[in-house]
Amino acid sequence: MMKYKKPSRNFVTYAGVILIFLICELALSGMIDGFKMSRSLKGQLVPICVYIVMAVSLNLTVGISGELSLGHAGFMSVGAFTGVLVSQYLLFAFPDVNLETIRLIAALAAGGLFAGIAGVLIGIPVLRLRGDYLAIVTLAFGEIIRNLINCIYFSVEGIALNFGFLDPNLPGKMIINGPMGATGIKKLATFEVGFVLVMITLVVVLNLINSRSGRAIMAIRDNRIAAESVGLNVTKYRMLAFVVSAALAGMAGALYGLNFSQIQAVKFKFDTSILVLVFVVLGGIGNIRGSVIAATVLTVLPEMLRQFGDYRMLIYAIVLILVMLAGNNPFIKNTLDSFKAKVFKKSAKEGDQA
Amino acid sequence: MIQFLSYLLNGISLGSVYAIIALGYSMVYGIAKMLNFAHGDVIMIGAYMSFCAIQYWSLPPIAAIVLAIVVCTALGILIERMAYKPLRTATSLSVLITAIGVSWLLQNIALLIWGANPKSYQSLVNFGSLTLFDGQLHITSETFITIAANIIIMIALTLFTGKTKMGKAMRAVSEDKGAAELMGINVNATISMTFAIGSGLAAIAGVLLCSSYPVLMPTTGSMPGIKAFTAAVFGGIGSIPGALIGGILLGLIEILGKAYVSTELGDALVFAVLIIVLLVKPTGLLGKKVHEKV
Repeated sequence: MMKYKKPSRNFVTYAGVILIFLICELALSGMIDGFKMSRSLKGQLVPICVYIVMAVSLNLTVGISGELSLGHAGFMSVGAFTGVLVSQYLLFAFPDVNLETIRLIAALAAGGLFAGIAGVLIGIPVLRLRGDYLAIVTLAFGEIIRNLINCIYFSVEGIALNFGFLDPNLPGKMIINGPMGATGIKKLATFEVGFVLVMITLVVVLNLINSRSGRAIMAIRDNRIAAESVGLNVTKYRMLAFVVSAALAGMAGALYGLNFSQIQAVKFKFDTSILVLVFVVLGGIGNIRGSVIAATVLTVLPEMLRQFGDYRMLIYAIVLILVMLAGNNPFIKNTLDSFKAKVFKKSAKEGDQA
Repeated sequence: MIQFLSYLLNGISLGSVYAIIALGYSMVYGIAKMLNFAHGDVIMIGAYMSFCAIQYWSLPPIAAIVLAIVVCTALGILIERMAYKPLRTATSLSVLITAIGVSWLLQNIALLIWGANPKSYQSLVNFGSLTLFDGQLHITSETFITIAANIIIMIALTLFTGKTKMGKAMRAVSEDKGAAELMGINVNATISMTFAIGSGLAAIAGVLLCSSYPVLMPTTGSMPGIKAFTAAVFGGIGSIPGALIGGILLGLIEILGKAYVSTELGDALVFAVLIIVLLVKPTGLLGKKVHEKV
C-alpha cells in the first residue's frame, strides 16, 4: 500500500495566502464579473497585509515564546517613523534619482532594522521579568516610545539630515515634526508589496518555528526550568523570538507609514497593540494560520458593519465578548471537539485507502 | 519654593485618585488573577452618571455621588457575572481579551448615549479654595477632598480586609481558592463582592478625577486606568498600602516631571520609573516575593 503523504500544514498556509492574493488581484483588475471590490475595501488591502504581519509576528512572542506583550504597536511605530524618514530623506536629498522601488526597500529594511534594535534594547530588561509583570513593562515601553516620537524633529536640508529633540526650530524641510508627526509622505505602499511582506513574514516565522531554535523556544515556553536543565540558553532563545517579532513589526510599520500621506504617533497607541493581540487570541494562540485569518476577517469586519453606522464598534465589542464566552463554554467546546473528531477520523481513513 | 509646594499638592491629589483606582485593580487582580482592563471605563461611567445627575436631573452633589457609586457597583457585579464568571477556568489571555471587549463595549455605549464631544464637568466638591502665603499658594477644595477621601478609603479598606468576616474571606480566596471553598467560603459571592467594592471605588475616583480635571469623554477613563494599573504594579499588586504608595508616587512623578522636565515627556517619565522599579524589585515596592518551586 502506498503511503499517502498529507500536504504539510505550512504548505496549506502558503497556498491559501497566494490563492487569496490572486483572487484579490483578479478582482482589482476587474476580470471577475459581478465581483467588484468596493472603494473602502480597496483601501483596506494594505492595512490587511500590515495587520497580518503584525498578528503573525505578535503570535511569535505570545503564542510560540509564551510572553504576553502589550507593546507591539511600539515596534510598529519605530518602523513606521524610520521607514518614512528614510523614504522621505531619499526623496528630498536625491530628487533626481527616481527609483521608488529602492526607496521602498530601503524604508522597509530600515524600519525592520531599527525596530529590531529597539527590540534588543527593550528585550534586555523586559525578558528578565515574567508573566503579568512582563506584560506591564512592554505596555510601558510602548507608551514611552510613543511619547519619545512626539518629541523628535527631523528635517532635511540639501543632503544634510538635521535632528532635534524637543526643538522644532530646524532649518530645511521638515520630515518628522514632533506631535504633528510626518506629513506630506509620498505614498509607496502597494498591495503587491504588502503581499510580498506577508509571504516573507510567513516564511521567516514558520521556518523559525520548525527549526531547532523554534523547538528550543517552545520548550522554554512549556517548562523553563526543564529546558534550562538540558542546557538550553534561555535568554538567547527568548531574545531571538522577541527581536524577530519586533523586526517584523517594524517592517509592517514602515509599510503602514508609507500607505498614508501623514502619520502621527497617536496612531500607535495602546489600543493598536491590543487590537493586534485580539487578532492573535481569536485566531488561536500559537496558530499562525489562525492569525492570518483573524487579522484579515477582523480588519474587514468593521467595514462590513458600516451599514450599522454608530453601532458598529458596539457590535464588534459584543461579538468579541460572545466569541470568547462561546470558545470557553464547556458544552460548545465538547460538541465542537466531538464533531472535529468525527470529521478527522473520516478523512484519516480515506487517507489510508488512497 | 511655593510653586514647588503647589506642584507637590497637585501631585499628591492626582496620586490619590490613582491610588483609589489602583485599589480596585489590585483587589480584583489579587482575587481573580486577571487584569481587568474595563476598570478604567467604569470610572468613566461613574463620572457620566454624576454628571447627568447634576446637569439633567439637578440632584444635590451628595446624591449624585451616591448614584454614581450605586450604578458602578451594580455595573461591576453585572460585568463579573455576565463576562468573567463563565471564564473562571479559562486561560488568563481569554479573560484579558474579554475584559478588553467589555472595555470597548462600555466606551461605545457611552459614545452612543453621550456622544463624542467632551462635556465640561462641573466640580462636585467645590467649596472655594484656601489661599496661603499672601495669595501665592492656592489650594482648591478638590485637592483637600481628594486626599482626605483617599486616606479614609485606605483606612476603611485596611480595617475591612483585616477585621471583617467578608474581608478575611477575600484574603483567603486570593490565597487559595480551593482551600477557601473547602472551608465553607462562598467563592463566587466573595469575588462578586470584590468587583462591587472595586467598581464603587472607581465611581468615587471618577467623580474626584473629573472634579479636578473637568473634561469628560468616553475615553476619559482609559489613560487614568492604565496609569492606575501601573501604580498598582509599582507598589506591588495585591497590596493595599502598595496601591497607596504606588499611586501617590506616580502622581508626584507625573506632575513634577511635567512641571520641571517637559510636558511631553511626563508620561514617559512615569513609565520609565515603573520599569526601573520592576527591574530592581520585580514584584513591586511592597509586593511579596514568591519563590519558584521545581
